[in-house]
Amino acid sequence: MTSLWEILSENFMMFTEAAGVTLRLTAVSLFFATFIGLVFAFMKISRLKVLNLIADGYIGLIRGLPLIVQLMFLYFGISSLVTLPRFWAGSVALAIHSGAYVAEIFRGAIQSIDKGQVEAAKSLGMRQSLLMRRVILPQAALRAIPPIGNQFIIGLKDSSLVAYLGVLELYGTALLIQARNFKPFETYLVAGGYYLLMVIIFTILLRKLENRLAVTTRPGGGNGKQKRRRVASGQAAA
Amino acid sequence: MNELMIKYEEVHKYYDDLHVLNDINLEIKRGEVMVLIGPSGSGKSTLIRTMNFLETIDSGTITIEGKTIHRKTENLDKIRERVGMVFQQFNLFPHMTAIENVIEAPVHVKRIDKKTAREKGMALLTKVGLGDKADSHPHQLSGGQQQRVAIARSLAMEPDVMLFDEVTSALDPELVGDVLQVMKDLARSGMTMVVVTHEMGFAREVGDRVLMMDAGQIIEEGPPEKFFIDPENERTKRFLKEIL
Ligand SMILES: Nc1ncnc2c1ncn2[C@@H]1O[C@H](COP(=O)(O)OP(=O)(O)OP(=O)(O)O)[C@@H](O)[C@H]1O
Ligand SMILES: [Mg+2]
Repeated sequence: MTSLWEILSENFMMFTEAAGVTLRLTAVSLFFATFIGLVFAFMKISRLKVLNLIADGYIGLIRGLPLIVQLMFLYFGISSLVTLPRFWAGSVALAIHSGAYVAEIFRGAIQSIDKGQVEAAKSLGMRQSLLMRRVILPQAALRAIPPIGNQFIIGLKDSSLVAYLGVLELYGTALLIQARNFKPFETYLVAGGYYLLMVIIFTILLRKLENRLAVTTRPGGGNGKQKRRRVASGQAAA
Repeated sequence: MNELMIKYEEVHKYYDDLHVLNDINLEIKRGEVMVLIGPSGSGKSTLIRTMNFLETIDSGTITIEGKTIHRKTENLDKIRERVGMVFQQFNLFPHMTAIENVIEAPVHVKRIDKKTAREKGMALLTKVGLGDKADSHPHQLSGGQQQRVAIARSLAMEPDVMLFDEVTSALDPELVGDVLQVMKDLARSGMTMVVVTHEMGFAREVGDRVLMMDAGQIIEEGPPEKFFIDPENERTKRFLKEIL
């Protein structure tokens, strides 16, 4: 226990700064992943078969390969095209990875919007693009927030792998420190504590946000009841 | 009163092996209220949905206000602006208030300025008895109120024809009356209407013509006085006996 405290206090600034890098890495990569995800979500729901295929290929590859393999592949791929600082190369690689999951989240959210609303919008003369922008996307965006938050937590933990690209984020820093103090167990324990703390804080924030959303967007809005009534004597009308 | 609004000529539609619309021929004149009845699965919804092209047809022609719509037509959105539709499940936009639902299409499709649209929208909401509910979201309204907002929303586009597909079937009985009243007022104001309903009282009171569908065909049609009292087709007789 004493050595745990020692390691933490001796390296407090280094760990904390590294945690900051991890947070930024996660935020930046999720930011780009949102754009990537939006584009591929639209490709997946598009009527054009080619676009469906491209999106399926991308999502299938990302899902089917270990993250570390993707990161190495993307890192060396990106590096051979442009020279980016490690942080940005890492962010882009993580974004390309998360983008596939975000695409599925958006697609699900868009397709979860009741078809009846689309028909109502069409019958009012709304074009496809207009009804997408005014009717579907505002609702889909709200529905996507909880799973996107979840994806943020996954991304936060996954970002540890870019240590192998030489980015000095939390895990990379722990690697470095334990190589110097020969106390891997305690050092990783401290790093783990940082990760856990960040995840817990973010989970609490997310829960608060979800509760607030739940108040403003109660389900069942325009859908009425599912029951049907066959009996229809003249009574009600007469 | 004699101007032709909608004309169907030899219209057929299939769902795989199911001949869901079988040789439909009909004419709807301006100001006419046409009531469509028939057993479940006979094709009433399919027929009414082809009138604003939510469903395509496989053969035949549909002419709306003198314009023949071919199978894969140019600008359906433009035609849909003139053909309003109200659905069984209301289908209000849940993220918008009642008034926002009503002015959405006038503002974004017709590009009427917001202030004018709002004034007209408020007048419509008042007309359907919901002037005080303008700022409520759909989930804060009863089914009957939601359905009346949905009617106001369609009317806001100032359509030439209004389609109603079993709009009271999802409502509690005590809420049906208000919605029917709005539809009766609308019919009396001269709106051209096509109404799928099981409310025979409504059909008798405001219908100009009743059409009976069975297995994708129109098997009988006539003015309500004759249709309900002295139907010719055996199938119609049996159906009316069941439902009345
Ligand atoms: N998208 C579809 N694909 C295949 N079959 C369909 C589809 N939509 C409707 N049908 C079938 O077509 C037939 C007519 O359906 P439709 O909804 O028009 O009947 P309806 O007269 O409105 O019945 P209800 O009174 O129950 O509303 C039914 O047998 C139905 O199962
Ligand atoms: Mg139906």
